[in-house]
Amino acid sequence: MYKILSKTQLSDVVWEMVVEAPLLACHARPGQFLIVKKDETGERIPLTICDYDTDKGTVTIVFQPVGVSTMKILELEAGDSFEDVVGPLGKPSDILSMSEEELHSQKFLFVCGGVGTAPVYPQVKWLHEHGIAADVIIGARTKGLIFYEDKMRSVAGNLYITTDDGSYVHKGVVTTVIDELVAQGKKYTHCVAIGPMIMMKFCTLTTKKYGIPTVVSMNPIMVDGTGMCGACRLTVGDEVKFACVDGPEFDGFKINWNECMKRAQMYKTQEGEAKLKYLEGKTHEGGCGNC
Amino acid sequence: MGDVLKKVPVREQEPKVRAANFDEVCLGYNEEEAVEEANRCLNCKNARCITGCPVNIHINEFIAKVKERDFAGAYQTISLSSSLPAVCGRVCPQETQCEGKCIRGIKGEAVSIGKLERFVADWARENNIRPKAPAEKNGHRVAVVGAGPAGLTCAGDLAKMGYEVTIFEALHKAGGVLTYGIPEFRLPKEKVVAPEIANVEGLGVTINTDTIIGRTETIDELMTKEGFEAVFIGSGAGLPMFMHIPGETANGVFSANEFLTRNNLMQAFRDDYDTPIYHPKKAVVVGGGNVAMDAARTALRLGAEVHLVYRRSEAELPARAEEVHHAKEEGIIFDLLTNPVEILRDENDNVRGIRCIRMKLGEPDASGRRRPVPIEGSEFEMDCDAVIMSLGTSPNPLISSTTEGLDVNKRKCIIATEDTGKTSKDGVYAGGDAVTGAATVILAMGAGKAGAKGIDEFIRAKNA
Ligand SMILES: Cc1cc2nc3c(=O)[nH]c(=O)nc-3n(C[C@H](O)[C@H](O)[C@H](O)COP(=O)(O)OP(=O)(O)OC[C@H]3O[C@@H](n4cnc5c(N)ncnc54)[C@H](O)[C@@H]3O)c2cc1C
Ligand SMILES: Cc1cc2nc3c(=O)[nH]c(=O)nc-3n(C[C@H](O)[C@H](O)[C@H](O)COP(=O)(O)OP(=O)(O)OC[C@H]3O[C@@H](n4cnc5c(N)ncnc54)[C@H](O)[C@@H]3O)c2cc1C
Ligand code: SF4
Ligand code: SF4
Ligand code: FES
Repeated sequence: MYKILSKTQLSDVVWEMVVEAPLLACHARPGQFLIVKKDETGERIPLTICDYDTDKGTVTIVFQPVGVSTMKILELEAGDSFEDVVGPLGKPSDILSMSEEELHSQKFLFVCGGVGTAPVYPQVKWLHEHGIAADVIIGARTKGLIFYEDKMRSVAGNLYITTDDGSYVHKGVVTTVIDELVAQGKKYTHCVAIGPMIMMKFCTLTTKKYGIPTVVSMNPIMVDGTGMCGACRLTVGDEVKFACVDGPEFDGFKINWNECMKRAQMYKTQEGEAKLKYLEGKTHEGGCGNC
Repeated sequence: MGDVLKKVPVREQEPKVRAANFDEVCLGYNEEEAVEEANRCLNCKNARCITGCPVNIHINEFIAKVKERDFAGAYQTISLSSSLPAVCGRVCPQETQCEGKCIRGIKGEAVSIGKLERFVADWARENNIRPKAPAEKNGHRVAVVGAGPAGLTCAGDLAKMGYEVTIFEALHKAGGVLTYGIPEFRLPKEKVVAPEIANVEGLGVTINTDTIIGRTETIDELMTKEGFEAVFIGSGAGLPMFMHIPGETANGVFSANEFLTRNNLMQAFRDDYDTPIYHPKKAVVVGGGNVAMDAARTALRLGAEVHLVYRRSEAELPARAEEVHHAKEEGIIFDLLTNPVEILRDENDNVRGIRCIRMKLGEPDASGRRRPVPIEGSEFEMDCDAVIMSLGTSPNPLISSTTEGLDVNKRKCIIATEDTGKTSKDGVYAGGDAVTGAATVILAMGAGKAGAKGIDEFIRAKNA
């Protein structure tokens, strides 16, 4: 059992949990993920490792409830436990394998969309600890969805925030900010974009225009997360890769986005039905007396 | 009394009934049937059957005890050689192993050794007979990687010798292929697999699930930081192969591993479990081994019409004869001498069919089997909404790539000696599918035993 030490609401739709998992915390690196399973009947849900504390033996996860399994995770409170937490999975971020010299010669830009802010944070923090200030763009549909603003500011070089509806700081999507920064004369040499698939796709279209190599973190459907099932396969260049062992980070210019987006729809109908059942089950809890 | 040349028939669920449920197909012998079948055994002095069993169970002796209705005694005899008899009695390819050598088989049908072994193991479980933990621990600690048949057997044997053993398992449940791969209807999880694992734990073995060696911890850390004197690697061969034909990333193309893992490990066929599984209307399963049969029969139970596409002919099907027979009875359609060349997709990238080519058998290849060659111009298309690839698996490189000094061969299999499981790295032993590539439960168990012996000798020599 893996105890939840704290649970915090970060935005209208995003929660953070700090979970006890000492061995995992010891070996976690930025860019890697873990899998949680709530209980016996639960699904194995991949989530990025958003922070880790080797001394305390804890890992931080940040999640957005979208379907039944993530909604059930939301039912857990501090003091409760996950039946299973396993990891770290996947490869550490590319930046960790760069030499000190290479790191200092780069000009980094991180682009976060939605819940993607969480997985970006440990990378920016890692760079900060190595004396490198990376620029970060956080984008969200509206103000209520922005989180980790202060945390990110404390480790980033420049932090740019943008909202689709203009309700906070700047109006526009993340790609308009990239365009503006480049127009101002910023010369980035390495971009990392993490967020919804559609946002990563458009990010790479923009950075490609400017010739900025861009790494994306893919989140396809997974089962085991160890290379055993092949559910997470995706086409990178002309090769088929397993995101859980070959990734989750890949060269964004080589991803077949249309294929990835279609693969994400695989269980859409079943998931939709399950979600409905879960939500309806909920409304009937306690009994309204009408049925 | 029936015909002594024939096996006492075993009761099974009717094909029509079982095609719609996940309950065990074979119901096994009852006491009367078991004794009657045991009476067919000639208790040969020079029992050839034993040479056909990879762990050399004293078959004639245990069967003699069944004849006398000393079922507990029969279980003790089997336990001397095997720690998973309820499993092996169900899944061993007996026709090529023990039963293939039985003298009775020359003039009639071999003694039903597998079914008798299963009966004895089930009887022992139902009557609460368990292997006993050793009275004294010897104070030496050994780590085992992987809780499949190889790892469980190695751990069980070492525990019986007095070692303190911890198994590290990547998944959230122990059992390896027994848990995630082989379906419920062939190997019940709660009834058979879980108690066998509990028996190993009963010997004092600790099983740490959710621990991926190579990620959560490394082999070197186990030996230096955690103080394990030796490590046995039984991590299996879990990486699925694909054909690399056009359309293989379409929605509805699964590896058999994914399909079976969703259904078995994650229990997706049950309403009360959250993991989804696709319920195909018409599924094509590619391959001809046990894995292909299991995938096909699982898809059938989820409501699909199932075609099994295999590039050689029936004689070359590598699956156990019983599985092929059961699959046919249940209505799986065998499209033999056929090979896929492309998976056809609709505009949303969902599978809508498969293009295949007919094959004929040519000259024998390296495996001694006649090589299938395509018949030019014989391509045809078949509608389907799912394709399940059951082409075989290879070992996961996670451990070999994170363990310095551990040699692997071209196929990524760990190199280890057969008699002791010794690898190129001092104190590290290995066995099972991780060494041989995909093989059988009983061979993995045999390798686990060999590994336990090797480790025991290693630790004794070191401390002498
Ligand atoms: C490597 C990796 C890291 C991830 N990190 C995080 C993270 O840090 N925080 C977080 O909130 N989520 C993360 N995800 C996504 C998360 O795993 C999914 O949101 C979750 O599996 C959905 O499960 P569910 O049962 O609640 O929803 P489902 O019922 O499975 O799906 C509900 C809806 O979400 C969509 N969906 C399903 N799977 C995914 C997916 N993998 N990614 C995006 N949308 C999906 C479906 O199309 C559907 O519309 C990550 C995924 C991967 C593979
Ligand atoms: C669908 C299917 C049907 C089969 N049917 C039959 C049959 O009828 N008869 C028969 O004799 N054989 C059958 N086999 C083959 C048989 O199951 C295998 O040969 C046998 O299970 C191999 O045992 P093993 O212990 O070597 O490996 P496995 O059973 O594969 O167990 C390996 C274990 O190690 C774990 N592991 C892997 N990597 C790590 C790591 N890095 N850290 C920690 N743990 C790790 C895995 O999660 C797994 O639990 C079948 C196989 C399949 C897939
Ligand atoms: S373990 Fe397998 S091969 Fe050996 S006797 Fe039992 S069924 Fe036969
Ligand atoms: S060879 Fe056949 S008849 Fe002889 S001892 Fe073995 S099982 Fe019995
Ligand atoms: S999740 Fe199963 S192979 Fe990647």
